[in-house]
Amino acid sequence: MGVEQHWRPTATPLALQQRAALLRRLRRYFDQQQVLEVETPLLARGGTTDPHIPSYVVEASDGLPLYLNTSPEFAMKRLLAAGMGSIYQVCKAFRRGEVGRLHNPEFTLLEWYRIGFDHVRLMDDVAALVDVLAKGLREFEAPQRLSYQVCFQQYLNVDPHRASGRELMACAAAQGIGPVAGLALDDRDGWLDLLMSHCIQPQLGQNRLTFVYDYPATQASLARVRPGPVPVAERFELFIDGVELANGFHELRDANEQRQRFEADLRARAAQGLDAIFMDERLLAALEQGLPACAGVALGLDRLQLVLSRSTRLEEVQSFSFERI
Amino acid sequence: MANFSTNEFKNGLKVMVDNDPCSMIEVDMVKPGKGQAFTRVKLRNLLSGRVVERTYKSGESLPGADVMDTDMQYLYNDGEFWYFMDPDTFEQVGADARAVGDQSKWLKEQDTCEVTLWNDSPIAISTPNFVELRITETDPGLKGDTAQGGIKPATLETGAMVRVPLFIETGELIKVDTRSGEYVGRVKS
Repeated sequence: MGVEQHWRPTATPLALQQRAALLRRLRRYFDQQQVLEVETPLLARGGTTDPHIPSYVVEASDGLPLYLNTSPEFAMKRLLAAGMGSIYQVCKAFRRGEVGRLHNPEFTLLEWYRIGFDHVRLMDDVAALVDVLAKGLREFEAPQRLSYQVCFQQYLNVDPHRASGRELMACAAAQGIGPVAGLALDDRDGWLDLLMSHCIQPQLGQNRLTFVYDYPATQASLARVRPGPVPVAERFELFIDGVELANGFHELRDANEQRQRFEADLRARAAQGLDAIFMDERLLAALEQGLPACAGVALGLDRLQLVLSRSTRLEEVQSFSFERI
Repeated sequence: MANFSTNEFKNGLKVMVDNDPCSMIEVDMVKPGKGQAFTRVKLRNLLSGRVVERTYKSGESLPGADVMDTDMQYLYNDGEFWYFMDPDTFEQVGADARAVGDQSKWLKEQDTCEVTLWNDSPIAISTPNFVELRITETDPGLKGDTAQGGIKPATLETGAMVRVPLFIETGELIKVDTRSGEYVGRVKS
């Protein structure tokens, strides 16, 4: 394609109209549910510490770093702690260095929090919203729910909570994934991520919503961990047609534990030679003040539209892809 | 040679894998919203031609392979090596049978070929898509055979065998497609 074509949008007019309709419908849904729409800053003094999520960092006029948000989670939780009740937001999120069929460094997130919900009730809420948004575009079979453990047992015949790193590696080898450069034998979560993303995920949510819930406690992120013989993180993900669409938590409210998780992230970043990140002290202060019991979820709106419209590449549903900015 | 990190992986990148130079032919990034990202790569081993699949944790890197494609002139064969010359520097390199492979049957002295050099040694050669070669032996054509469109075998000056129309005679110059090994046409001299 010649240079003279590069100013044109990557999405068709129909896809842009579809996007507008999705936004109208989701706003109506949350209106009816009495969930309040909010806006929060895209720039923040504190960033995402998760070593797997790279941020864009810009320099503020005082010389300190500012982070473009990788999700609006921290600011929205401060609104929750301030007593705003259930809230939602449609905003841009930024993750550095992800470009591909299903990745764009700048993308649209729909994130919402429900006071008094746990992750199980929130899955119902997600399914109800997707049902509303899918009308006239796609008809799905009834939603499916699988615990992380059942998922691994069903697809790979291995127990994700008890299998050793060696057993997980053998499982990957049996699936045709040979030695993985850089993945240590004792990195159980790394092997679980490998098996999940390469062997299980492509099969999840065939023409239906498949929720995977109760993740290993070591993959809790910002979710509450439920104690028990095998403690699990009260976290879920949604897949349709093998595409990861949403990630939700029964939210962690313990400020001390949150600080410890941030610190563990920063140690992991240092060990991997990644830049240190200023952790969000204002979020920690809000958690100390008290976060109401709630569950929250982030849903990739571009990806949802891609799935609903049976598109194959994100650029088909984004006005301008990363190559056209 | 520089190292290439997984985020620099792309089709055509030449890297060292298990001590052999390889070219990437397919790169697939698998990045979950939370958790470890991986890059899956299909690589063609430039020495054996075999394709292997490898998985790398995001952030890993591979050493680059000092591989380059250069146009060189074919000089001669001494029974063991085929010699090529860089037309700018007049430097010569000798390629062994493994590097030349079955391309040898299209090699004519003075012709220009693409030679793949790894650490300055030839590991593969690629003849032009079309070469012009003289016929050294073929059965005599019969008068009037043109209409029937029949074909017969012919031996070329390089030793290659091709199928040619019946009206082609020994001593004629023909054009051959080296990709399919098929006769394309007669060259008017």
